[in-house]
Parts: sequence; C-alpha cells; structure tokens
Amino acid sequence: MTWASQLIQYLFTGLTLGSIYALVALGFTMIYNSTGIINLAQGEFVMLGGLIMVFFTMVLKIPIVIGLVLTVLGVTMVGALFERLAIHPLKNASLITLIMITLAASILFRGVAMVLWGKDPYALPPFSGSQPVQVWGATIQLQILWILGITILVVFGIGFFFNRTLIGKAMTACAFNPLAARLVGINVRRMVLFSFGLSAATGAIAGTIITPITLMEYDRGPLLALKGFAAAVLGGLGSGPGAIVAGFIIGILESLGAGLISSGYKDAIALLVLLVILWMKPSGIFGSAEESELKKF
Amino acid sequence: MRRTDLYTLLAIALLVVLYPLLVGGNEYFISLLVFLGINGIITMGLCLFMGYAGQISLGHAAFYGIGAYSSGILTTKYSIPPVGAFFTGIFLSALIAWLVGKPTLRLRGHYMAVATLGFGEILYIIFNELSPLTGGPSGLSGIPSLEIFGYPLEGAAYLYLAWGFVLLLLIFSLNVINSRVGRALRAVHGSELAANAMGVEASRYKVQVFVLSAIYASMAGSLYAHFVTFISPSSFSLMFSILLLMMVVVGGAGTIWGALLGATVLTLLPEYLRGLEDFEVLAYGAILMIVLLYMPRGILEGLRSLLGKRKSRGAKAHE
Amino acid sequence: MNERILRVQGLWKSFGGLRALESLDFTVSEQQIKSFIGPNGAGKTTLFNVLTGIFPPTEGTFDFAGRSLNGLKPHAIARLGISRTFQNLALFGNMSVLENVMLGRHIRTRTGLFSAGLRLPGMRREESAIQEKAMEELRFMGLENRATAEATSLPMGEQRLLEIARALATQPRLLLLDEPAAGLNMRETAKLSETIRMIRDRGITVMLVEHDMSLVMEISDEVLVLNHGKKIAEGSPKDIQRNPEVIAAYLGEEAGDA
Repeated sequence: MTWASQLIQYLFTGLTLGSIYALVALGFTMIYNSTGIINLAQGEFVMLGGLIMVFFTMVLKIPIVIGLVLTVLGVTMVGALFERLAIHPLKNASLITLIMITLAASILFRGVAMVLWGKDPYALPPFSGSQPVQVWGATIQLQILWILGITILVVFGIGFFFNRTLIGKAMTACAFNPLAARLVGINVRRMVLFSFGLSAATGAIAGTIITPITLMEYDRGPLLALKGFAAAVLGGLGSGPGAIVAGFIIGILESLGAGLISSGYKDAIALLVLLVILWMKPSGIFGSAEESELKKF
Repeated sequence: MRRTDLYTLLAIALLVVLYPLLVGGNEYFISLLVFLGINGIITMGLCLFMGYAGQISLGHAAFYGIGAYSSGILTTKYSIPPVGAFFTGIFLSALIAWLVGKPTLRLRGHYMAVATLGFGEILYIIFNELSPLTGGPSGLSGIPSLEIFGYPLEGAAYLYLAWGFVLLLLIFSLNVINSRVGRALRAVHGSELAANAMGVEASRYKVQVFVLSAIYASMAGSLYAHFVTFISPSSFSLMFSILLLMMVVVGGAGTIWGALLGATVLTLLPEYLRGLEDFEVLAYGAILMIVLLYMPRGILEGLRSLLGKRKSRGAKAHE
Repeated sequence: MNERILRVQGLWKSFGGLRALESLDFTVSEQQIKSFIGPNGAGKTTLFNVLTGIFPPTEGTFDFAGRSLNGLKPHAIARLGISRTFQNLALFGNMSVLENVMLGRHIRTRTGLFSAGLRLPGMRREESAIQEKAMEELRFMGLENRATAEATSLPMGEQRLLEIARALATQPRLLLLDEPAAGLNMRETAKLSETIRMIRDRGITVMLVEHDMSLVMEISDEVLVLNHGKKIAEGSPKDIQRNPEVIAAYLGEEAGDA
C-alpha cells in the first residue's frame, strides 16, 4: 500500500472511532445540559447497546432493523429507570454523591453484563455483508460507511430535535434556567427523564453500529466514557456541535497515533488529550472561559 | 486525640498482638489480614484526601502500583535493598502526585474526578506496556520477601509488619486530623472560599494532602509486592481504584474509622463471594448504590444512628 | 487615628459588559469605622470581593498600610491583616463553633504536617494557645456557651456573630463586615453596634457594608455612597443624610442624575 492510501486507511479508522466518541460525547452533553451532571455510566449505554443487539440478532435471530429498534428501546428504558431510581431521589445531594451514583450505576451495569454475557467479547455480523470496499486506494469495510452514515443521521436528528421541536427547545430551556423553565410551565422533571432516555438511546445506537467492527465485551464502558468525555470537554462542555467535532478529532488522533507511533499506547492518546485540555483550558476549544466559570459544575 | 480514638487504637493494637493466640497459624486468615492491613493503609490516606479535605480521586490505584512496581523492579532487576526501593517508591509517588495534583486539584468536582480517572488509566496502560521493565501483562515475579537481620518475615511476622504500619499511620493520621492542619483541610472541604479568606491557601493544602495520600498508597504497594512476590497490572486497574473509593465512601467518608470499616467490609466481602465470582462486580455496584441512596454517610454513621447513638456535637447543639 | 490604612485609586471592575465598579477613589484611616451604602446592585459586595483578592480589578490600584494589594490572592491578603465576613455567610458547616474560630488562628500559627502528625511538644503548646484565643473571641462575641455546637445549627443571627468571631481570630488590622445586621432584630442590632465599637477600640479599622441605616448613621465616622458602581457621595453621616443625590439614588430619579 502506498503511503497516501495508508493515511487514508488511518483516516477512515479515525472517522469510525470518532463517530463513536462523538456519539458518546453527545450523550454526555445532553445529560450535562439538562442536569449539570457528568454521567459516568455513559459508556455502559454503548456496551449494553452492543450486547443486547447481539442477543436479539444472534440468539433470537431477529432481523437487524427490528433488533436495532428493540435494542435502542431497551437501553432507553434502562436509562430512564436509572434516572427515576438513582438520579431523581438524589437531586439535592452533594456533588460527590452525584458523581458516585453514576459511578455506582456503571459498575452495576457492568456487573449485570458480566453475569448475563460473561467476560468474552461478542461479535455482530456487519449490516450489509463483509465485502470490503475500495475508497481512494484504501480498503475499508462497508460497515464503516454505515457507521458514518448513521452517526450523521443521529447528529442531525438530534440537532433538529433541539433546535426545531418544542420539546427540544424546552429541554434547552431547562438547561439554562430550570426555575424559569418551571415558571413557564415546562415539566423539568420530565425533561431530565427525556434527556437520560435520549442519551441512552444515542449510546445504544453507537454500540450497535460499532460492534460488527470492534466486537463488544462487558467492560468496554469506562474507556469509551473517558474518551467520549475528553471529546465533550475538548468541544466545550455543553456544546453539542463542539462535542461532535471534538469526537472526530480525537478519533483521528488516536488512529494516527496507533498507526504511526505505537498501538499499545493508543488509548493513552485520548486520555492525554483529556488531561491536557482539563489542565489548560477546561472550557474547551469552542467554549468561553467566562461562561464556564459561571456554570454550576 | 479524643478518648474514643485512643481506646479503639489500643483495642486494635491488642488484637494484632494477640492474633496468634486467637487464631493460630492459619495461612489463609493471615493472608486475609495482611491484605486488610494493606488496603487499610491506602484507605486511610484516601480518606484524608476525600473525607477530610473533601476532594475526589478515582485513580489512586496508580500510586499503589507505583509503590509496588518500584519495590518490585528495583529489588529484582537492580538488586537494590528493599528499604531503598521502598523509599524510592515513596519519592516517585510523591513527585508524580505533586506534578499531577497541582493542575488537577484546581479543577472542580466532576472535572477532578474524570482527570484522576484518566490519570489512573494512563498509569495502568504504562504498567502494561513497559514490558521490559514491568513485565507487561504477564507481570513481575521473583520479588524477594523481606527479612530482618537474616530472619525472614513471613506469615505472622508479616502480619505484624503490615499492622505495625497501619497502627503507626493511624496515629499519624489522627494526630493530623486533630491539629491545625486537619482543621485547615476540613475548612477547605467546608468552604474553600472562606478558607482562603481566612488565610488558608486551599490549593496548597489540597496538593499536600494528595501527595500524602499518594505516599500512603505507595507504602501499601511496597508491602504488597514483598508479600505476594508477584505483581501484575490487573491489581492496579480502574476496578481497584473504584474499590478503594468504595471503601472510603461505604464505610463512612467522614472519619478515618469509617474508612477502615469500609476497608474491612470490602476486603472480606470477596471472600464470602468465593464461588459467586461472576456476581462480584454486580455485588459491588449494588452495594455502592444502596449505600449512596439510603446510607449516604456510610455504614458507620448508619450503624451509629441505628444504635441510637448520636454524634456528640449534634446532641449538644440543642442546649 | 489619622494615618491612612487603605487607599483605593481609580478602581474599575467589569464583568464582561457589566460595569460593577467605576473609577472608585477613597481612603480609610486607621481605626476609622467607614460604611459603604447604596441601593442593591450598587457594587458594595463587589468592592469587598476585589479588596480581598477574590476578583482582580479591571483597572486601578489599592494599597494597604503602604503595600500594594494588586494581584494578591485572598489567602495572602488575609495574611497581611485584612479579614472579612460574608453577605451570605460562609461558615464551615462541617465543624463546630469553636473549631470555626480556631481556624481563624491559622495564619497566626505555624504547625505543619509533620509536627502535627508526630505530635511534637511545640505543636501541643500551640494547639492549646489556639483553643484559648478562640474561646476569648467567642466570649467577646457572647457565644462561649455554644462552643461545641455544630456551626450551622445556630440561629442565623448567632451565625453572623460567629463569622465575626472567626474573622477577629485572625488578628486583622482591617475588618470588612458585609451586611452583619441582616436578619437581626432591633435588640441584636443594638448589641452589634456596641460590638463594632468595641472592635474599633481594640485598634481594628472597620469597613462596613450595610442596609440598616440607623446602624450606619449611629456608628460610622464616615459614609461612602455607591450607586451603579460609582461614588456619588462621601462624608460624615449627617452630610450624607442631607445630600440630595443620595436621596435621589435611594428614592428614584427626582432631582438630578443618579
């Protein structure tokens, strides 16, 4: 392979990873915007998405499309239950308690997954066959195009939802000023519930589309959450578009780093980005320092 | 220190000294108690940082690992005497804690939590990847066991060593808590704004106690390395960092006794789950959730109010 | 009593587009009781926050006993001898009444991590001295019977007194009181008035932000009136009461600009 096509290869891998990080980052952002909490269990939504999809398509032999819908619905319910049972009762608790309840949930989800699926990784068949495709000299799997396509769809769908629909705008209002939102009749409780459900759904989609390529096992969550969070912060916590762009940036950096420098340390790349950003400019590349000073957390 | 603290301290010391008379040379129990002591040391340090100073660290297994690998690598590959390796580990942990702590402890709650999480993960990756030095995923073996003047420290002798450390560090910790420094830490927890306004340089104290907790963890790591003589990165993973956090929180983050109680519960619990290993992670998640939702001040406080005792302050408040 | 202890020159503070303080000039003399009044949002607490290093000024200088305070962090300013209370109270809720005041002794004491951990004799002596001094301040504020209570279990008025006791424990030369009379009834306010005078008699200069006009007029040597971040009047209580601009600022635009 020529050097250029090698690079294209890395680029596509980077975009693939980046899609997942972008979706995870989006999930973080939605919950952060409506509650100010960082959901440390975000990675588990992805993991559950992948593993539940495996169950539907491999065990129950349900067709992919229906399996996808059912999986997303299932994980959405998990997210909603999580909010009702663990987040809502603690709304007046201290910051550390809130951080830890999401941590506890992530451990719980992992524990359940370990019991149900064990520690082995599981595979999903690619959505439309495993015949690779030639793009600009690089050989890429068709699944990658699915991943990119679905990610773009989800991103635009969510963007549309927040900017054009009444419910979406209501949720944005809650983020800005819960009291004012309540005063104009918005049911803040329900908005928070929705944001958790939506976040879970986004994570689940990410899980289902990535599993055909990277497989999925019970403890993929934490690392995904960390990288997704890195993207969310890099893009300016609270900014959806920022999170998406940053997700792709991190994905590409990781891919280039793995290919050009060392594959053993590839996970450390995103983590280093995370630390550097937090240390130097926690408001991210798209956020403003002043604005982040005024935010709750 | 307060009288109850002193009595509890003496009681523990008594139990340690009398141990052989109580249970004899049962190797399994001895191991368990050594691990309990080791975990207790890390937990005490973490409690000073989290419970008293009110900060959060989700990556403390890293410092435990630094201590363990320093002792392991220096004694096996460079024939450095264990004491030298021990202090090198402490120095490294302290240095890294200081370097990482300064920028990280400026961050607010969630950011601090995630930054420490990221830091812990990076160290874990390093332990795995630096194979020539650390032995990689297959670990480092052949770590020499300790001896004093030619007399090998094994079994019950190691128990005394580990718990000797625990008691000394416990005394040190209690002294710090009940001092000007302890007050400064608690002030930072209570209101960083007011602490600064009263002349307590909050950022400096946060880093100081972070470094101290890293030193505790490093000591525990060295003790661990010489006891098990084989270490691998899996002992220093995120799961262990979370377990440490749980020990502090579940027991009762507010006091050092709570932290030790948490260490006891969470070190002994896996033993009861033998055979139910598949459910281990699930159990941890469930326990943490239940404690956070229903006993947010930890088991110690839960027990206290159950037994009808109240914290002496609370009772006197209604004069 | 005439030496200048605090000098503020050309102080500006903006938050983005919002001008909180504009071109502020004033001095405070040693052992003076100087009050700062003005309608809500006039910038009084912002002034205190800038003077204690919580926000850096956008422009301007302020020096204390001849030393410039620009760019100093809050803990450094406290060490130099300026202490304060907070409008919304900032007690250490996780500590007792006594411990809160003992914390005030922090900058006047030295025990470090190792002396504390090893419980060296010097540390023990210092610790009992700290406790004694703290009890003294509690007695001064009339709170000695509440020493072991949890700080936030006290009624609001006593919590405000506790904050003052804590600030006094730092042995300040200049004490900034931010609305100490808020939520106090008439009897408590009268007692507070006397306490502030006793604080001044101890050699401490007092700067006071207050809304309670009778308190302000009764104890102040000088009053400075702020409106929209600008000084609109400065002088003795009598002069301020008669100043038409001040009256306009409080009652709305009747005569002249506010």
